[in-house]
Amino acid sequence: MKSVKVFGPGCRRCDSAVKMVRDTATALGIDVDVVKVVDPKSIAQAGVMATPGIAVDGKLVHSGGLPDPEKLQSWLRG
Amino acid sequence: MATGHLHAPRHPAPERLWHAGVAAAGLVWVLAYRQLAALSEAAVAALPVERHSHLGEALAFFLYDVPKVMMLLLLVVFAMGVLRSFFSAERTRALLSGRAEGAGNVLAAGLGIVTPFCSCSAVPIFIGFVSAGVPLGVTFSFLIAAPMVNEVALVMLFGLVGWQVAAVYLGFGLVLAVVAGFVIGKLHLEHWLQDWVRDIQAGGAELDEERRTLPARYREGLRSVREIFGRVWIWILAGIALGAAIHGYVPEDLMVRIMGAGTWWSVPAAVLMGIPMYTNAAGVIPVVEALLGKGAALGTVLAFMMSVIALSLPEMIILRQVLTLRLIAVFIGVVGSGILAVGYLFNLLF
Repeated sequence: MKSVKVFGPGCRRCDSAVKMVRDTATALGIDVDVVKVVDPKSIAQAGVMATPGIAVDGKLVHSGGLPDPEKLQSWLRG
Repeated sequence: MATGHLHAPRHPAPERLWHAGVAAAGLVWVLAYRQLAALSEAAVAALPVERHSHLGEALAFFLYDVPKVMMLLLLVVFAMGVLRSFFSAERTRALLSGRAEGAGNVLAAGLGIVTPFCSCSAVPIFIGFVSAGVPLGVTFSFLIAAPMVNEVALVMLFGLVGWQVAAVYLGFGLVLAVVAGFVIGKLHLEHWLQDWVRDIQAGGAELDEERRTLPARYREGLRSVREIFGRVWIWILAGIALGAAIHGYVPEDLMVRIMGAGTWWSVPAAVLMGIPMYTNAAGVIPVVEALLGKGAALGTVLAFMMSVIALSLPEMIILRQVLTLRLIAVFIGVVGSGILAVGYLFNLLF
């Protein structure tokens, strides 16, 4: 089970990012636990300055805008 | 935008193909843009409306201005998307941290234009900057310039009002961001941040900056075109429609009386009216253009526009999470005074 955190205060793009992670994981048949982090303090502590940010298993892999679909796949597989 | 270390797409189009594609698209753009006036006239002529009637004028305005602004936006948003791929919030922070005030404010305002930014990132950027040792005033210069001086605002002003006003807006927007940030820095208000913000140690995330090829940057440009268009097209249509209505139905002398240069209270009134309003540049500029056409003074209208974009209530509510009310009041006071000064100066000059 992979743990994915999506950082963002709840803007539309952050919701799209969550959906994208879920859909990609389903398509790849990977079990994921997706958590939305909306608290500004936690977002800042994770080092995210441009939202949405994405962390996989505790490692921040992306920040700012929607991720590239191919890259997202490889983070989830990796 | 920084991303983890990853592989290139499996079947990337060869680099030369991308260059050729971009060049061809550019050529098509130029040819289409040059035919735009003729095409829109032809379109209006094909409609069963008298060209010089009220409705005919409005339709001609609509059918010319909408495609023109859309085409200009397409070009500039793509170019800015490519340019922005060279910048990121992390990089900007590194450039600004520990920078002295003065030069730091100027640099911050400039970087505010090219760093990718959306208003939902305002709080994380604010904390990220302040905790990394970017002075408070320099951070404010960035946060004022980033939303206010943006390519959508500049393109719409250029397309609908003229390049002179666009240049003036760019210049004074930057000056305002620099000066307001500088003043806030000089007031030393760090103790007016929310407690947790002062104590926080923001994580310095290490995202590996991958080396990107030019085609990857083109894709970045295309992505920002998709994203920005998805967001603003409805505002452009609504704004231009409202502008067309003002063209047609607002009596000329009304605007001269309310928003003309002779009325001293019009500038502060415009600033106050702008604060609770929340729209983006795409929605407000067609209205600005129409108001100018009805005799409103340039300074008053610029003040209104800057107030709508830079001092919006929703943004204050977002910033309330990190700033105390006193600091927000100072922010509104300083930026508002700057906008007032710009407004009066313009009414005096033009």
